[in-house]
Amino acid sequence: MTSATNSHSSTGLLSQPWRLWWTQATRLTAIEVRRNLFSWKASWIYFLAYIPVFIILIHVLFDNHLTSGMEDDTNVLAGIVQFYYIRLGVFFGCLGIFSRLIRGEMIERSLHFYLLSPVRREVLLLAKFAAGSISALFLFGSAIIACFVLMYSGFGAAGRDYVLNGPGLGQLEAYLGIVVLACLGYGAVFLLLSMMFKNPTPAAMLFLGWESINPVLPSLLQKLSVASYLRHLMPVNVAAQGIFALLTVETEPVSAWAAVLGLVVLIAAVLVYSCYRVRTLEIRYATE
Amino acid sequence: MTAMNDRIVFDEVSKFYGEVLGVNKISLSIPPGITTLVGPNGSGKTTLMNLMTGLVQPSSGHISVMGLSPGNAEEFFRNVGYCTQFDFFPRGLTGWQFLMDSLLIHGMSRSEAVRLSLEALERVQLGDAASRKIAGYSKGMRQKIRLAQSIAHHPRVLVLDEPLNGLDPVARAESIALFEELGRQGMHLLISSHILDEVDRISDRVVLITGGYLIAEGNIHQVRQEVREKPMQVLIRCDHPELLASRMFAINHCVEARLHTDGKGVFLRTGDIDQFYSMLNGIAAEGLVKIEAVAPADDDANAIYQYLIGSDGSAS
Repeated sequence: MTSATNSHSSTGLLSQPWRLWWTQATRLTAIEVRRNLFSWKASWIYFLAYIPVFIILIHVLFDNHLTSGMEDDTNVLAGIVQFYYIRLGVFFGCLGIFSRLIRGEMIERSLHFYLLSPVRREVLLLAKFAAGSISALFLFGSAIIACFVLMYSGFGAAGRDYVLNGPGLGQLEAYLGIVVLACLGYGAVFLLLSMMFKNPTPAAMLFLGWESINPVLPSLLQKLSVASYLRHLMPVNVAAQGIFALLTVETEPVSAWAAVLGLVVLIAAVLVYSCYRVRTLEIRYATE
Repeated sequence: MTAMNDRIVFDEVSKFYGEVLGVNKISLSIPPGITTLVGPNGSGKTTLMNLMTGLVQPSSGHISVMGLSPGNAEEFFRNVGYCTQFDFFPRGLTGWQFLMDSLLIHGMSRSEAVRLSLEALERVQLGDAASRKIAGYSKGMRQKIRLAQSIAHHPRVLVLDEPLNGLDPVARAESIALFEELGRQGMHLLISSHILDEVDRISDRVVLITGGYLIAEGNIHQVRQEVREKPMQVLIRCDHPELLASRMFAINHCVEARLHTDGKGVFLRTGDIDQFYSMLNGIAAEGLVKIEAVAPADDDANAIYQYLIGSDGSAS
């Protein structure tokens, strides 16, 4: 590309109505977050997110907490994040949240109101993705914080010391970072699947199968998995045993920054393709 | 910069849903004013409106609305409002929230959105119900709130798919008065409706389609003239309708006569309208019958629709 062309491109980009797009995107996001979080239909996602919190609460209230058991509880917490949240809770929660954004509105026959607004379809799609991400992060992020706080509260001063002066806070940061990436990664995939299929659930089940068999695939194909990147970011490694072994991804060693970068690139690629598809999305409610 | 003109243009537009024909090679150039889309169920009216607003993509051909394409959503939908016949809304919203959400995503300020929402609610006379959930609205109220949403941002083109459905007679009259007012203000109105008698009164043009094909288009009277081979019906108010009917049958190609229910007029159907009027003048001059009024009885969209498409929806 010549410098003249470069200059023209940059002028073109600068002359786009970014301010308007930002205003529209923030308002759309606010509307969609309201719909995602304050709806009876979302109650099963609240259940998915908070059921481990309830179980840990029972554990805190009724089990003995000796300081020597802290390592066990740390492993249990890591197992909950690794096996429950990442492989099941966040997966199915994001399936519910993100497939509602486009396909859900097609089924409810209300998507046309958005498509008849003076909003670029790409802005609409990205705003919906942002809304889904915020909703999922709010639910699963708060649930993981609650799990973490409850788990160590039972240990009293020793628990506080582990969190504030030991590795606890760093582990919490890592868990939250993993949840952020999981929500964005699964969200992007499910948003795309909901545009491609009338019922995205079978495709999501195939995706779950893909995530499960990913470790036995060649190295190149392992890069097309959300869970395989997240596995490398876990602060506490839990050896898979029994039925959990089926849900565990053992990929080639990858550094943390490479895992984050790989997942971000994967999310960006999926979103770019979704933007391309949304431009030609048609409203045909009769066939829904 | 996008070139603006004042027409809605369909250029050889076809739409297929798989192997099913939606519309086939439709070419139209619609000037400002009120245009009625007439056709039986499944004729392609809604497809045409959805194509025009980008809700479906044409299989071939090109569409522009005042020089704009739906692909340029920001500019297009500032100028176009579409009141669809989909009777569904985002869940849990009141009428007010629905209007405000719609306007806020235009990017306008909150105070401007409030002003336009109030104005739109007043125009459709739904102000009292604005704070209620749409789920609790009657069908007529839902129709009104959709209409309010489509006109709230002051579009230059308004597309209305069956806008009178579900409205009671008073609301229907109010809506028609609103359409007339919008038409007078120079707005493009494209209306599809089965209640042809009412929409016909305010339409500048009709577009007749059936089975996805364009049958006729233009000014209602022009279209009627184009189907001259079809007998036309005329109502003559006079003091001796039976005598007039017998005279006209004797000297003109009248094919049908029917007395008005009040006995003070007769409907005559003729195959040669020019000769009919000439003969009628002669009879009036003779003084045998005192003629009070003469008016075409089927020079409207409904009659033309029946002539061209037939009551069963198949083009004749």
